[in-house]
Amino acid sequence: MQLWYGLDPVMAIGAAMLLAITAYAVLGGADFGGGIWDLLATGPRASLQRQAIARAMGPVWEANHVWLIFVLVILFTAFPVAFGALSIALFGLFHAALAGIVLRGAAFVFRANTAADSAGWRTWASVFGAASIITPFLLGTALGAVSSGGIRLAGGATVGSLAAGVSVNPAQAWFSPVSLGIGALTLALMAYLAAVFLTVETEGAVQEDFRVRALGAGVAVALLAAALLPLTANLSPLLWQHLSRPQSAPPMLAGALLAAFSAWAVGTRRYKLARGAAVAEVVIVLWGWAFAQWPYLIYPDVTVYQSAAALPTIKFVLDALPFGFALLIPSLWFLFAVFKGHTRV
Amino acid sequence: MTNLILARTQMAYSLGFHMIFAALGVGMPLLMLLAEGLWLKTRQERYLKLAKTWAKATGVLFAIGAVSGTALSFEMGLLWPRFMAFAGATIGPAFALEGFAFFLEAIFLGLYLYGWERLSPLAHWLCGGVVAIAGAASSALVVASNGWMQNPIGADLLRTNPAAMDVVGVLFRNPAWPIMTVHSTISTYAATGFAVAGIYAWGALRGRTDALRLTALKLALAVGVLAALVMPVTGDASAKAVAVRQPSKLAAMESQFATERRAPLRIGGIPDVANRKVYLSVEIPGGLSWLSFGDRNAEVKGLEAIPRADWPNVPVTHIAFQVMVAAGTVMPVVAFWYFWLLVKRGRESALRPWPLRALLVTAPLGFVALEAGWVVTEVGRQPWMIYQVMRTADAVTPAAGLPWAFAAFLTLYALLGTVLVLLLNRLRHASEGGT
Repeated sequence: MQLWYGLDPVMAIGAAMLLAITAYAVLGGADFGGGIWDLLATGPRASLQRQAIARAMGPVWEANHVWLIFVLVILFTAFPVAFGALSIALFGLFHAALAGIVLRGAAFVFRANTAADSAGWRTWASVFGAASIITPFLLGTALGAVSSGGIRLAGGATVGSLAAGVSVNPAQAWFSPVSLGIGALTLALMAYLAAVFLTVETEGAVQEDFRVRALGAGVAVALLAAALLPLTANLSPLLWQHLSRPQSAPPMLAGALLAAFSAWAVGTRRYKLARGAAVAEVVIVLWGWAFAQWPYLIYPDVTVYQSAAALPTIKFVLDALPFGFALLIPSLWFLFAVFKGHTRV
Repeated sequence: MTNLILARTQMAYSLGFHMIFAALGVGMPLLMLLAEGLWLKTRQERYLKLAKTWAKATGVLFAIGAVSGTALSFEMGLLWPRFMAFAGATIGPAFALEGFAFFLEAIFLGLYLYGWERLSPLAHWLCGGVVAIAGAASSALVVASNGWMQNPIGADLLRTNPAAMDVVGVLFRNPAWPIMTVHSTISTYAATGFAVAGIYAWGALRGRTDALRLTALKLALAVGVLAALVMPVTGDASAKAVAVRQPSKLAAMESQFATERRAPLRIGGIPDVANRKVYLSVEIPGGLSWLSFGDRNAEVKGLEAIPRADWPNVPVTHIAFQVMVAAGTVMPVVAFWYFWLLVKRGRESALRPWPLRALLVTAPLGFVALEAGWVVTEVGRQPWMIYQVMRTADAVTPAAGLPWAFAAFLTLYALLGTVLVLLLNRLRHASEGGT
């Protein structure tokens, strides 16, 4: 195989896609979580909580959701057959998630331009909140579905087999307890991330509100993760086979410790520390899933290698990445420095 | 209905919807940048006010453009999975580069919209500059993928030996790209300029004729007319390229059924495909031959030379083309007349009802022309998804749930469009209090 600067190019582009998924999970995820807490804003400071969320999201949410476009573009450029197969197999799920993405973004800007607490404002607030729950849940179940073995390609990973060869067993793919559990875990993790991020960006009583919410979401994450393990053992042979290997023990242990550490930091009001640990926790969970999934894109019929585009395309995208990120990273740094440096209330 | 018709219609309304916001996302930043630039230069408050109102509108429009664009990048696969599986590796690089440009646009728009108090005036204006440039760049880059679908060089290699593909060459050294991308990117400024000018003309008809609004009108109309003047030039280049590369599209645009020398240019008219005739059109002898090949006696290939199964929909392509040309002609004529009134006859005469009503008529024409031009490009390419390589019917999804998705998204876009119009209407009112 031809190498790209000494690296396996297919593995390199797969890693780039994983990094984009990670950025989306952390940054887009915190946005989704913000929407969840917006919907669940309660108590005497409900409106202050909503204001803090809107202030935190306003300048960055558009940029945070471009990561999803990156994931998608890398997927259809570098793994076109897998993209085609997923588009057929997850036709309904993706459409529902898209409706969520469209409604969520629209509701956010519509609400921002409507008089606070008017009837229109309340409608868009509900749409925004509901879409913030449904969308990440569906995207989480999609991750579960590609690992489930419920999506099959009769003719193997070829363009020709897409015409009639893609079959889906919904009960095994996205209605399975494992996929639903992964969806719920995604939701809980995003709620946790958002609440922790918000503790850093608020003060006083509102900060305490988000602290309590973070602890609640942290408990939900722990419970869901604990429930998922036995479910995976029974229902998802691929994931379990990897998770039960001895070499998987250290990262799993690290994930559990990070979760506990982050929750401890929230509990003791070390918010910046908690934020770092929460991000690390999401990274470990996602990468753990990715390593268990490797080398499959859609288990068991499509591997990254079978569906990879020809080398010139993959090399072009890999070559473009450093140039693109040389522009993006300083820009993103500037964006976050301007708005996240001192957004204390 | 079959999946093919449903998928084509869903693609049509999704893309048709997205294009309006994508075009405004390219055009509006230029307007707000000009207004803020005038403020920096003159320090007259009205320019700042204008920039802020336009920025607010841009924020909402951009958000709708961004989410509907995200939806499209999924829909390309959801509706045309076999096309994406076959061609994703070829058109993908255009989207990858567009992704970077779009990302920059989103980042700097965030800085622009929320950074009025946090950035120095010059830094703020420069952020707006990045938005305008990145928006135009992302429009220009993404068209490369469509250019390849029209002129799919290297497609045979994609089947036989994809490892030998020249990834950059097929997209960016493709002669279809520069012509299409310049034509479509400039059309966004024409559409935005005339639409914004029309909104202020409407306000003026209702008595809102202060200096701020008249400035806004002039600025928008000037941007619109400058762009509209370039359109016939780039359009002519496009048509000449189509004449060579896609004779079936040119023949459909002009309802040219027979292959002939000294082919006439048909203005207007209704094509009768069964009898291969055109009714009610004005014909300029030799006009099509001259416009296509620079020679009044050149031979133009007619639809008769093309297998019937490979014809595009002739009436749709023909009428869309006529609509585009008509709209593109009316726009600069009205704008020049208006500026002539303003300069020669003065402000009072330019604010009388008839000139303002004329601007009201041209307000939607830029978007009409943009959408019609897109219909010519895409319907004229049919029955091919990738011209003479992959049929649209062979690309469509076999998914059973298509009717549901179709109905849901149609409802969703209708709802969003309605709410948006109501909201922008209120945004206009909100800016009124201060002037």
